[in-house]
Order: sequence, then C-alpha cells, then structure tokens
Amino acid sequence: MQALKVSGLSKSFGGREAVRAVSFAVSTGQAVAFLGPNGAGKSTTLRMIAGFLEPDAGEAEIAGASIITARSAAQRSLGYLAEGAPLYLDLSVRAFLGFLARTHGLSAAATKDAIARVAQDAGIAEVMGARIETLSKGYRRRVALAGALVHDPAVLVLDEPTDGLDPNQKVAMRSLIRRMAETKAILISTHQLDEVEAMCSRVVLIDRGIIVTDTTRTELAARTPGGRLEDAFHALTQMERAA
Amino acid sequence: MSIDVAQSAQQAGHAIRAIYVRELSAYFLTPLAYVFMAIFLISLGAFTFEIGRFFDTNQADLSPFFLFHPWLYLVFLPAIAMRLWADEARGGTLELLMSLPAPAWALVLGKFLAAWTVAGAALALTAPMWISVNWLGAPDNAAIALGYLMSFLMAGAYLSIACALSAAAGNQVVAFVLSVAVGFLFTAAGLPVVGGALGPGLADALASFSLLSHFEAAQRGVLELRSLFFYLGFIGLWLTLNTIWVSARKGG
Repeated sequence: MQALKVSGLSKSFGGREAVRAVSFAVSTGQAVAFLGPNGAGKSTTLRMIAGFLEPDAGEAEIAGASIITARSAAQRSLGYLAEGAPLYLDLSVRAFLGFLARTHGLSAAATKDAIARVAQDAGIAEVMGARIETLSKGYRRRVALAGALVHDPAVLVLDEPTDGLDPNQKVAMRSLIRRMAETKAILISTHQLDEVEAMCSRVVLIDRGIIVTDTTRTELAARTPGGRLEDAFHALTQMERAA
Repeated sequence: MSIDVAQSAQQAGHAIRAIYVRELSAYFLTPLAYVFMAIFLISLGAFTFEIGRFFDTNQADLSPFFLFHPWLYLVFLPAIAMRLWADEARGGTLELLMSLPAPAWALVLGKFLAAWTVAGAALALTAPMWISVNWLGAPDNAAIALGYLMSFLMAGAYLSIACALSAAAGNQVVAFVLSVAVGFLFTAAGLPVVGGALGPGLADALASFSLLSHFEAAQRGVLELRSLFFYLGFIGLWLTLNTIWVSARKGG
C-alpha cells in the first residue's frame, strides 16, 4: 500500500525553480532515501509534503489524504522531523512531547502511554524531566524524533535525522529507524551515503529540483563498474550538471 | 461531511488547548510574565497615585486608576506579545507548528488567549485598589466592574494588534515598535487635540475607531453595547489578519 504518494510537486522562489514536478511513492514497510546534494530541493520537497510550504503545482497524499485539500487529515498520519530538529527549548522533554500529543488529540491516558513508548524507543527515558535547552545535540535530535513518533503516525518524513549525532548515537538512531520501517512508510532526506546504505532499500535521487533516478539501492550501485553507491551518486549528479 | 466538520472542530479544539497551555507555560516558566506584571503594577500605581492624584479627588471611585490603562497597555502589552510569532520564526519552530494537524486560526487563537490570560492576571492583581475604595467609601461597584470588563476587552484589542504584527514582522523588536506605533494611532484618534485639528465630522468618524473613545463611556459607568461590539470586532479583525499573515508564510 502506498502510504505516501507525491505527484508533480513544484515550487519556485522568486522565479527560481527549486523543485520541478517531483513524483514518487513510498509504501508501508519501506524506508526510502531521498538523496541529493546540498541545495538539490530535498528540504523544500519535504516541507511541501509536511504542509509547511504551499506547492505551486502538484500534491502529496499521506495515507490517502491530500495535504492540499485535507491538510489536517493528512497531517494526522504524518510524523515530521524538520531540518535542524526545531524544539521548544524552554520546555521539559515530557512537556514538549505532551504538547505534541495533545495537539494530535490524544487523551490524557493515551498521552501518558505514548510518551512512555517513545521515551523508550528514542532512548530518552533518562532525560524526560530535563529542560530541552540543557540537553546535548544528540539528545535534542532524539527528542525531536520522539516528537515525530508520539502519535504513532503511518508515515514518517525525516530531514537529516542523524545530523550532528556521534557514531554511537547514529547506530542507535539507524537501528530505531530500521525497526520503524517494518510497520511504517519512511522517507529519509539525506546527503550522506552511509546513511542510505544503513537504512534504506530504495533511493530517490534529486538534483537541482528534478528527480534523477528512483530505484533500489543495489541497482543504483550496480550502475557503476565498482558497484559503489558513491560513484553512482557522483555520476548522476554531475551528469545532471553537465546537462 | 458533518463527521468531517465535527472532527475538524474537535481537532481545532485540541490545538487551541494545547497551544494555550504551551504558551502559558512559556510565560510563567520564564521571568517574562512576572517581570511584566511587576512593572505593570508598579507603573499603574505610580500613575494612579502620583499623576492621577488618587487621594486628592476625595471621591471613592477608580477614575484616576482607569484613566491610564490605555496608555500603559499601549506600551506593556506589545512587550508580552511581540515574541509570540517572531520567536517561532527565529527558532524554526514555526515549521514544527505548521506541520501539526491544526488550522492556523486555532494556533493564532491559542496564542492570543494565553497572552490575554497574562494581561487578565495582571489586571486581577489590581483588585486591592477596588477593595481599598470600598474601605474608604461607598463606590459604585457596578461601574467599577464595568470598568474592569471594558479594560480587559481593551487589553485584548491592544494584544490582538501586537500578536498580528508579531506574525507579520517576524522579528521581536520590529514587532514591538510597529505594535506601539499602530496602537498609538488607534489610541490617539480619540484625543480631543486630534479631533480639534480635523473638524467635528471627521473627528467623530476617527474617534469611533479609537480604543480610547470606547473606553471613556465605561469610565463614566455607562455600558455602551457598540463599544462592547467594537472591541470584540476589533480583536476578531486583527486575529483574522494574524491568521492571514501566519498562513502566508506557507507560500514561502
């Protein structure tokens, strides 16, 4: 089942086309890498999927609900980790997660259960009472991920989820995302190829606002003589620049 | 269809409550609300007793107290509202907020109500003034209660300007300056000096948009429904503008 379907999304800023007719789909049980160099249009696409940016054309469907015509319904099924993992630094971790759970309409009892579940999943149980501003970057990132998971969404859209984490934290985060991918549709925006290899079975490659390829990770790697993802990435993005 | 509407209304209700609680904690978990209330109460006391010559009037009423409310609101209320949307833009949390299943108007209303609660709490802390005049004489308590009600509504009007301009400006300092400037226009429009310079017809038209003019009747103990509706309509208009300006950020 296609839990996330993106059709012809386009966005321009001041006459510059940031994203051009981007289309792809992610099914439940898949973790798909949304790969591309810096400035390729990854975050802009994710912001349109999340409902933060209004597309000039096209639409995104989340669990069958359009982000354009049924925004709230679509957002109820979406867990979104925005670029930079924005958080309310003045709140405690528990208060922050409670705020998100209540906004999603969870009851007091369901909120308590959800917070306990994501605290366990994201490995933040020991900092639940701490103010977010006192936490390290790694913890903050995990709190933000816990926030995206608190309402148990069918679709997860994660913008650079391991950015700023140390190697141990990266391993833990990747393991969590792989586990989530068993029951959810996950789109992970990244420009780190080790991320793709560790978590994703499929790759949607974007460069200069256009989808360059949408294929399995192994097929993409197999396109180069050495069978390395890195070479395929260079070849495809440079080919696009040359064109 | 009706199920969708009911679900949307329920969702909006959840969002209003959640954002209201979040903003109230932001006020009271930091020194912001306490500092605002302390300085507001000290200033109000100083104006009432020193400039309003409260004891020299020899009357058991709160006219010298209510007299300065519009001018203090003009300066103090933008100070508590300027952060509401500008902070979200600066900290990147606007993206988080806008990705939640809540309509923009619900977020706007939740934030506004939280700021209005802080203003209401500051106003409630002036209750000893009311108790004092009852101890000193026999005031018209209905008139004083009306003064408080209209003062609270007027506070909402000043706050609605500041909330909207916080969303439009996206920067706290700019939001504060704009809010004071716009608030001043809606206050000064009711001043006799402005009316005198414009002639009676234009002066009356202008005064009908003044937050000051609509408060004056309440200070005399007269409940004018048009003033009640004016304040509610004024708040509604600025919150609508606030919603439009927040939603406009989705355009990128």
